[in-house]
Amino acid sequence: MSVGIITLIVLAIAVGGFFIGRARAMSLVGGDARKLHSLPGYYGQLVLIFAAVPAFAALILWLLVQPMVIEARIGALIAPESIAEGSTRDLVMSDVRRIANGIDQLVAQQVLSEADLRTLSTEQSDLRSRMADVGVALGSDVVQNVFEAAKEYRRISIFARMAMAAVVLLLAVTGAVFAFRRILPDFRARNVSEASFKVLLIAASFVAVLTTVGIVLSLAFETVHFFRLYPAKDFFFSLTWNPQFRGGSDLGIAPLLWGTLYVSFVALVVSVPVGLFAAIFLAEYASKPVRSAAKPAIEVLAGIPTIVYGLFALVTVGPVLRDYFAAPLGIGSSSSSVMTAGLVMGIMLIPFVSSLSDDVINAVPQSLRDGSYALGATRSETVRRVILPAALPGIVGAILLATSRAIGETMIVVMGAGAAARLSLDPFEAMTTITVKIVSQLTGDTEFGSPETLVAFALGLTLFVITLALNVVALVVVRRYREQYE
Amino acid sequence: MNTMQKVENALADSEIKIGARGVQVYYGTNHALKDVDVDIADKTVTAFIGPSGCGKSTFLRCLNRMNDTIVGCRVEGQITLDGEDIYAPTVDPVQLRARVGMVFQKPNPFPKSIFENVAYGPRIHGLARGRAELDEIVEKSLRRAALWDEVKDRLTAPGTGLSGGQQQRLCIARAIATAPEVLLMDEPASALDPIATAQIEELIDELRSAFSVVIVTHSMQQAARVSQKTAFFHLGSLVEFGETGQIFTNPQDPRTESYITGRIG
Repeated sequence: MSVGIITLIVLAIAVGGFFIGRARAMSLVGGDARKLHSLPGYYGQLVLIFAAVPAFAALILWLLVQPMVIEARIGALIAPESIAEGSTRDLVMSDVRRIANGIDQLVAQQVLSEADLRTLSTEQSDLRSRMADVGVALGSDVVQNVFEAAKEYRRISIFARMAMAAVVLLLAVTGAVFAFRRILPDFRARNVSEASFKVLLIAASFVAVLTTVGIVLSLAFETVHFFRLYPAKDFFFSLTWNPQFRGGSDLGIAPLLWGTLYVSFVALVVSVPVGLFAAIFLAEYASKPVRSAAKPAIEVLAGIPTIVYGLFALVTVGPVLRDYFAAPLGIGSSSSSVMTAGLVMGIMLIPFVSSLSDDVINAVPQSLRDGSYALGATRSETVRRVILPAALPGIVGAILLATSRAIGETMIVVMGAGAAARLSLDPFEAMTTITVKIVSQLTGDTEFGSPETLVAFALGLTLFVITLALNVVALVVVRRYREQYE
Repeated sequence: MNTMQKVENALADSEIKIGARGVQVYYGTNHALKDVDVDIADKTVTAFIGPSGCGKSTFLRCLNRMNDTIVGCRVEGQITLDGEDIYAPTVDPVQLRARVGMVFQKPNPFPKSIFENVAYGPRIHGLARGRAELDEIVEKSLRRAALWDEVKDRLTAPGTGLSGGQQQRLCIARAIATAPEVLLMDEPASALDPIATAQIEELIDELRSAFSVVIVTHSMQQAARVSQKTAFFHLGSLVEFGETGQIFTNPQDPRTESYITGRIG
């Protein structure tokens, strides 16, 4: 029985349990819902929760643990001599899995019967070609020992899958029956529902936190590998970025970090004033009709995929900047430049700044505006002296979000600023950023274990630390300068 | 009451600060205020009383053109300050509001320090030359608002951290720091406890020596305690306007009498 079918059956039991539980509660009080402690639906929910939650929890746990247990048992069956020169146990294990899969196919197409399988040996039959016939490609002829392991693997897997189905379905039914039998008119089903809702909420926040932890750990592990192969001192302090295919690369982060900060800086110089002023206009000056038309129009910018912005940078902004600005002034001849990427990225970020700032400015109480106007302040004085200070935390949040987006942006940089790592102050020169190099190092032709590839993780972790530090600094700044209203 | 009446009689011929003639206010199509004529004397406390929604706050907000900030609000008729029409095109409403200060129902201190709250108006209008003069204005305003002794050691603390009554007195200090000629108060004590209310009322009585004060209130006792003149509004019209003592003891209009004795409202 496949996982999908098991899931469907459990769901059916749970939904059926809901209706049965509700009906049971109603019948206990002779159809008068007022005599129940909780609304009838809560009794249905009780059965549903007890049927579904333990069953699905067991299913998930089983799916996580089963491969580990099987791998451990089969791994022990593989004789050391069947691991060929230059190969690893892991590679043989994946062969085992592929052969087991091939046997499944052969049995399913009735080329082989279960009885044949028991007597079959690798010497008598050409398993490799027969497997190839059913679409399972093997790299080499099958060794008897590996074949036995595969047969064992298949046997255990089939058994485990059946056991899992049995356990999960049994749990679902038991849970449903258990809950059903607890239904009494004064049973507090509503409180059970409340408690399980709380657990659901906690679980959801844990998923978010654990994901972050997982991402950091995976980055950290590979980064440690990288620093074993490449000195950390060179990574942080070398001023050249020059990866080679055959080793001996210079993997200094400085030019990439500089590019990242430079492009982000230009983007923020464009987006923060424009976005903030747009937000102030929308929130304080615009009439209702103007606001209801302009706000969605600005937010459309946020819906444009970054690759489209990239095209805009490549085809329009870059050449225009070069032909009408950089070239006539004699300050650059490349259409890929920090300026191009920064400008286009700035445009992309405008709605992030304006939309969030607009919301926080709107959240400033009207009474503060009235207070300021009543003292004879003009609109702009009110905005500058009362509203912006009160909205500061939200505005800083908006700018932070924009900064994180700018630092993490890849597509616009590839198409607008190029891919050449360079340390230069000239904004009309091609430069590149950390994210672009992460992509190119990870998708390159080099071996995964080489420093040229692993450097991507070190770059990623550095980026993560930078944005984290930025967030912390901003938090501290906001805490010191904010003017909190009630 | 007798002494009070004497004071009022003496005030009867004092100079008119604000004059309103035939004032109509519309919110969109809703005719909120109908044909109001009132003369507000200088250095007097004038109370506006009446049931909720009767237009007294609306009229108050006409006096410093705060209604300009409300979309769809239209004011007709004539309102003069020292004989000058405040709705004339040559009048700058922002400048007008510096002359006619306002205190709101709910204390609304800015989320700044106590000092900055009071210094806000003087800074905007450039009333102080130098820090020393600003300090002086702030201290004087806080003293007049009877708040100085309570906050003099923590002028840098946020104004929002004060108690409700202190916040309202801070707002009054903030309003008088711009040296207005008229002070409008929109139910200034309705969000406060009795002790804070008593402090505010005492303060209003003292402010009379320097300003013309107009106060909107729901409490008839408050109107009787603090004001010399009282105007009774009902359903958007001015029903009766006169000496406070006369309004409360000998009302001319049956509606005023009904309201005061608690039969309508």
